[in-house]
Amino acid sequence: MYGLGIIKGMGVVLRHFVRSYVDDVKWVNKGGRYYNDEALLVRQGPKGEGIKTVFYPEEKLPMPERFRFVPFLVTDEPPPGQRWGHDWCTSCGICAKVCPPQCIWIERGKQPNGRPKPEPEKFFIDIDICMNCGYCAEFCPFDAIKMDHDYELASYDRRTAHIHDKERLSKPISYWREIAPKKAEAEELARQMAEAAKAKKKDKDGDGREQRISEAVARQLYYQGLQY
Amino acid sequence: MSDTTLDPVTTPPPVDTLTPAQEATARLKELHPNIVSDDTREGYEGLIVYADSITEVAKSLRDELGFNYLSSVTGVDYLEEGKLEVVYHLYNIARGGGPVVLKAQVNRDEPVLPSLTPIFPGADFQEREAFDMYGFNFLGHPDLRRILTWDGFNGHPLRKDWKEPFYEEENKPFGSRWPDGQVFRAEEHNPYGKNVQYPPGWVPTGDEYDVETDVYLGLSYSRDSTPGLKTDKVTVNLGPQHPSTHGVFRMVVTLDGETIVDLKPVMGYLHRNHEQIGERNTFNMNMPYTDRLDYLSSMSNNLGYAITIEKLFDMTVPERAEWIRILMVELTRICNHLWALGFLLNDLGALQTPMLYFYLERELILDFFEATSGARMLCNYMRFGGLAYDLPDEVRGVPTLKFLEELIFNRLPSVLDQGDDLITGNEIVRARAIGVGILTPQDAIAMSTAGPLLRASGVPYDIRRAEPYSYYEHLDFDVAVRYNGDIYDRYLIRIDEMRQSLRILEQVLPHLKRTMGAPIIGDKPQYAMRAPRAGESYGRVENPKGELGYYVTTKRRSGNPERYHVRAPSFINLTALGPMSRGYKIADVVAILGSIDIVLGEVDR
Amino acid sequence: MTVANTGAIAGDVSVPDELANNVFITNIAKLLDPVYNWSRRNSIWPVTFGLACCAIEMICTASSRFDLARFGMEVFRATPRQADLMIISGTVTKKMVPTIVRLYNQMPEPRYVLSMGACASGGGPFKEGYNVVDGIDKFLPVDVYVPGCPPTPQALINGLIALQEKIDQQSISTAPWYDKKDPTAGLYPVPVLGPDLVDVRQLDIIRQEATRYTPENPVRAAEAEPTEPPDVEDAPKTVEPQ
Repeated sequence: MYGLGIIKGMGVVLRHFVRSYVDDVKWVNKGGRYYNDEALLVRQGPKGEGIKTVFYPEEKLPMPERFRFVPFLVTDEPPPGQRWGHDWCTSCGICAKVCPPQCIWIERGKQPNGRPKPEPEKFFIDIDICMNCGYCAEFCPFDAIKMDHDYELASYDRRTAHIHDKERLSKPISYWREIAPKKAEAEELARQMAEAAKAKKKDKDGDGREQRISEAVARQLYYQGLQY
Repeated sequence: MSDTTLDPVTTPPPVDTLTPAQEATARLKELHPNIVSDDTREGYEGLIVYADSITEVAKSLRDELGFNYLSSVTGVDYLEEGKLEVVYHLYNIARGGGPVVLKAQVNRDEPVLPSLTPIFPGADFQEREAFDMYGFNFLGHPDLRRILTWDGFNGHPLRKDWKEPFYEEENKPFGSRWPDGQVFRAEEHNPYGKNVQYPPGWVPTGDEYDVETDVYLGLSYSRDSTPGLKTDKVTVNLGPQHPSTHGVFRMVVTLDGETIVDLKPVMGYLHRNHEQIGERNTFNMNMPYTDRLDYLSSMSNNLGYAITIEKLFDMTVPERAEWIRILMVELTRICNHLWALGFLLNDLGALQTPMLYFYLERELILDFFEATSGARMLCNYMRFGGLAYDLPDEVRGVPTLKFLEELIFNRLPSVLDQGDDLITGNEIVRARAIGVGILTPQDAIAMSTAGPLLRASGVPYDIRRAEPYSYYEHLDFDVAVRYNGDIYDRYLIRIDEMRQSLRILEQVLPHLKRTMGAPIIGDKPQYAMRAPRAGESYGRVENPKGELGYYVTTKRRSGNPERYHVRAPSFINLTALGPMSRGYKIADVVAILGSIDIVLGEVDR
Repeated sequence: MTVANTGAIAGDVSVPDELANNVFITNIAKLLDPVYNWSRRNSIWPVTFGLACCAIEMICTASSRFDLARFGMEVFRATPRQADLMIISGTVTKKMVPTIVRLYNQMPEPRYVLSMGACASGGGPFKEGYNVVDGIDKFLPVDVYVPGCPPTPQALINGLIALQEKIDQQSISTAPWYDKKDPTAGLYPVPVLGPDLVDVRQLDIIRQEATRYTPENPVRAAEAEPTEPPDVEDAPKTVEPQ
């Protein structure tokens, strides 16, 4: 029948329209439907109904822990008065080797006698090349490079703003714990277990079985840890 | 769901009977004893065919042995041996199973061999691509022009001795990055490509380039064949910037009034050198690049590549990983089809509205992808031998399995019903779509179309059934098929496929619950993997858009592929666009293109 | 909305002290600017112009969940002649760049370019490819760069807000598009496709290189003359980030 299609279409639009008002009423006593973190989560979740608009920038979708944008370098807690502490990075170069578009440049630190120092002298990431794949964070054996959640990086000039140097990249571990608490905790645990296993290995070199188990557990945990 | 399906999956013992491919190979050797011989190189399989006789072999494969589907044609450069090779993968549509692989080797300096287009029209674009990338001269090809680069481009970029302007090193990782890395932006120090290779005697003037002429000359232009009123033909360009071309795609259309006389797709506007970069990358590095092929369904691209490399590396995948892979791939299929339908309806004039409602649910799936893999679209989630991460604890504040249940049992079926209710019976959609853009089953097979396009023409060919991978043989689903081959059927088949995907997902969920906590990857992933053997590997999966195949060759202990080719379904499906549109109105072309569902990242690669 | 510089006294007009509280001296531009910018910033119409992966995120930004209509930007125009903003959403290839420049030339002033994602800004992961332009800013003036691969819809909106802030800084009196002296001022040279992409602004250099590259001497120009500034392959130079 001609015209039925239009009526049906209008019906669907109307249904969605009415639903957001029904939803409005539900939230009226709980701080409102908009600009309310709790309501946002429900509205954007699988049970959300009606208009689902995220009113960015006033309200922002929470990023999941695994969310990846450009990488950053993890450092120790900064001593008072400074912005970052000791680098976790040992300039082993695995991230530079594994990076698919090759956007990482590392200059390895040198000791006065010319031997390599486990610390990067310079560290650059060209975020105009970075493809946010997360391989650097995934393969780093020291948990020293992580994917940031900060996506608000719009700039007016790419020549100065888009090469991130070590200063720009370094962020204290507390920042990582803040944006990805579960993941950071699991990594912490895995590191401790791996260290304990190593210590045990040094203690009694002959008894390999126990050590192998704890290593396996550590590895398992490491990958369970990667879940977050 | 009965309890029996929850048992751990066991692979059935191999059956001793000959597969169709083995049968055909044996038969070919009987039929053409002097022309074909086994490929005896280590790690390679298939038949080496005397290049000049490739048409005979192809003809007997098609007519006598039932291998009527030419899936993939690609060139390979063996620089050390001074040879170029064309690799053909043919399949038996009726019986399924693996491919018959034919290889024709020609001299590197004079790569001439007969074209297969008279036998398999689907070879058209792929042979043009091989010409573009390697310089093969396919004799008898009706329109052998560059396809991904432009006419006038210097050299054949996938030849191993061709170097691009900002060539740095043969393989990654580049030495300049570590230990003494200093950022340099190559283009800033060498902005105009001093190292570009110029053809001899070329003098640039800046205004004399008309690289387009050949496109227009190629159009069939038969003024006198129109009976009655004599009208002028008009040639119209749709694209590369056109809202209905789904990206940077261009159609050159010759019109008689409003009726289409001829249509030629022009592509390459998003040619991002995927294959060349892929050959420079290590195996691992290619995974995030595959995301960017068909960027709407990155998970399936990942799966195809992972399967190919797992074949090459001889790896096994833990059970839970396989289930999660199927979960991801089927969600991707729904995601992709929601997008495709939204755009198809957009092209049919239902501007935006159905699209917006479909996307609400698509966003939920993307949320799940984001929570699981870290990115909404370009997930980079699969690894060789497993997955990058296990499922997350919660998505948008809801426990993951609850979220999935809500999605699979409630949200997605209801959006499909809503779409069905709203659109399937709609008189405008029916008037515009029924009987338009018809593709017959014979044509569909001959033109190597794949996926929904093939199945909407009445060919029930689905790789998940024809050559099962992952755990698809343990799952209960139907191959969706429709028989009219018009736009309407291509619309319906996507709805059918989504319903089948939901059916698969319903079966996967209990397995996810059962295998909770099981490992998701066999061994710790290595950042530098080396191939345990030399040779080739071809893996294919049923992508939402059709058959996605990866052809990878490597050397022993090599860290990167020697040849990395992608058999892109969107690219080959476009072969059918011209024949399908001929005789319809210009307004229908937009809808016909929408019903093929192309993604330019995959067309141009 | 606040009117900028209310009560500011222009340098060349002297006001007696006793009148300073009663006189309000301004110029038309200062009065009009807020209105002018406010209306422009809230009706930026982009071109329907998707290149690659980022285009999908751009469409997501415009659709139900992120809803660009809140910024008055939902009117994606299919023709550049009705558009204010070009979102370069994806990899710019050499084959495509003449079209992009031509499209930009067709856009009426005031016009803006937003480079979305790593590919458009600097070539991105495909930078090394032979058919990829490393940054659209080689050919067009870019106003805002949004990094990411791909930027999430929220990141794109962040970029659009940055563009709005940029528009707020402009003034009707200094806007270059009212300067009618040179009719070709807004036209950017369209590159052409030769053996490689030919930037017509650089024809002299290219001509020089092409003559040096002869069939008898198929050595690369840079290799043949070591006195030239070293090529990228030979000696990478540093760009110290500021």
